[in-house]
Amino acid sequence: MTEKALTKKNRFMEWIDERYPWTEFMRKHLTEYYAPKNFNFWYYFGSFSLLVFVMQILTGIWLVMEYIPTSDGAFASVQHIMREVRFGWLLRFMHTTGASAFFVVVYLHMYRGLIYGSYQRPRELVWLIGMVIYFALLIEAFTGYVLPWGQMSFWGAAVITSFAGAIPYLGNVLLVWLRGDFNVSGVTLHRFFSLHVIAIPFFLAILIFVHLVALHKVGSNNPDGIDIKAKKNQEGIPLDGIPFHPYYTVKDLVGVVVFLFVFSLVVFFTPKMGGYFLEHDNFILANPMVTPLEISPVWYMTPFYAMLRAIPNKLFGLMTMAAGIAIMFVLPWLDRSRVRSIRYKGPLSKIAILIFVISFIGLGYLGSEPVSPLYTFIARVLTVTYFGFFLLMPIYTSYEKTKKLPERVTE
Amino acid sequence: MKDVIDQKRRCFLRRATTAVGGIGLAAASVPFLSYWMPSADTEAAAAPIKIDISSLKPREQLTVPWRGMPVWVIARDQEMLDSLSKVESILRDPLSEQDQQPAYCKNVHRSIKPQIFVTIGICTHLGCVPTYRPDIASVSPDWQGGFYCPCHGSKYDLAGRVYKDVPAPLNLKLPRHMYLSDTEIMIGEDQDGVQGAISIS
Repeated sequence: MTEKALTKKNRFMEWIDERYPWTEFMRKHLTEYYAPKNFNFWYYFGSFSLLVFVMQILTGIWLVMEYIPTSDGAFASVQHIMREVRFGWLLRFMHTTGASAFFVVVYLHMYRGLIYGSYQRPRELVWLIGMVIYFALLIEAFTGYVLPWGQMSFWGAAVITSFAGAIPYLGNVLLVWLRGDFNVSGVTLHRFFSLHVIAIPFFLAILIFVHLVALHKVGSNNPDGIDIKAKKNQEGIPLDGIPFHPYYTVKDLVGVVVFLFVFSLVVFFTPKMGGYFLEHDNFILANPMVTPLEISPVWYMTPFYAMLRAIPNKLFGLMTMAAGIAIMFVLPWLDRSRVRSIRYKGPLSKIAILIFVISFIGLGYLGSEPVSPLYTFIARVLTVTYFGFFLLMPIYTSYEKTKKLPERVTE
Repeated sequence: MKDVIDQKRRCFLRRATTAVGGIGLAAASVPFLSYWMPSADTEAAAAPIKIDISSLKPREQLTVPWRGMPVWVIARDQEMLDSLSKVESILRDPLSEQDQQPAYCKNVHRSIKPQIFVTIGICTHLGCVPTYRPDIASVSPDWQGGFYCPCHGSKYDLAGRVYKDVPAPLNLKLPRHMYLSDTEIMIGEDQDGVQGAISIS
């Protein structure tokens, strides 16, 4: 750039900066925001979540242009998008694959937080806000799944809204209020459309912003779980920190290329993922008179669905399922360990996390399979171990012997 | 005038403003929440319907949509009626104590006429539509005929009474209904002039 152009640019930025803290913001949150230098593979999934969110918003806006949110028009309009609209099939499959991809990256992002203790003091709020995002995402995914108005859409909506009916005294009124009709109908479909395209995405965008504000207040944790701000140079810069931009923006960009490569493979070659991303019965028009022989939710909800089915009592089943999600919120107060990262925790924590992973994946598998006495038994065992991981955490984390923390982050 | 802050007065004003604002906010939430209740035309579409059962043969099931829900009419023969007393010991609520039926159906066969059984075909567990399985031993070896929900395995007898040890907590719900003639049933309204199913839905 020539001298003249440079001054011109500076003067433009000066004009902006006097009116809006552009440069100040960029420095504080990107070029002079110091993140630990030892981020590994697990640290990709936060950025990926943001990428998928943007992709869902974009494809969603386009899909709404051709979608009709009525019980008469919905199913046919989705077929219209798939067959008549130019590249409609691509945008729709990007959106449906995006929904599953969102949960893949969010689950891995949460698992990262779990193994490196990123929920511990002072990052409790980052975890809590993240959990609210996760919960909002479940509702967003559910309301979205109703929109194609296939058999699974209808019966999924019937089953999930009927949860409200189990609430003592208020249940029946609440159920009609939620559905806007005496059963799930086009009225229900239309309000779910409103929630899916306006209310929840708007709420999610705010939550993601607040999640990042909270994160930038306390700074990122790292695989060693030690505080990088404890050791600073003369200028007050953490010795183990590197500026987020350009170091991590470039690192994440490489990850994004790999992610999009895998994502494209699914979109182009197996968008239904053998019935896991898009269920077979959802290619049949909703029929309120006949339930499909097997109802199971999409894979990201099956662990909780398995818990629901494992309990032979309606209200207790629902309470167990709700508790399965609720207990994750209080994780920061269950871990009494002196160290954050799994690297320095004792063997009990390592075994516990292994049991948790087996329980969660196991329940997820069982929830997508038909009920049988053996599976129900296994689901009960895994429900117990799932809750055991959380409820026994205060005990095993405070009694086990932890390893000595390093002074500085390890490579 | 003295240049001091009257804390008492300020505190009162703050509380009064919060209270009035809070009441206003609560009042403003009423239209937003009421908006979600069924609209006038949705309610009109939920009016009572008439069903003709003249062609219904014994053991047959007739399904009619009412309020978007399947209403079943089943013609029970003597064998089916006899099965009701056989299963009583394995039912959760054999005497229909729970408020799942109008008073005139709170009897052994849960119907106005023993032969004709009218019910809403929605599982009381999570709202699936159970399947009609009248044949003996068709679901399990000791099955006496009834309704089986494929979703989560809930079982009901031929009067819609729920079995013990299944996820569904209650007997099938019966709609208010009455006979206009021997072959015509009104669903959603009864002799007492009361409309709807029992309770709100």
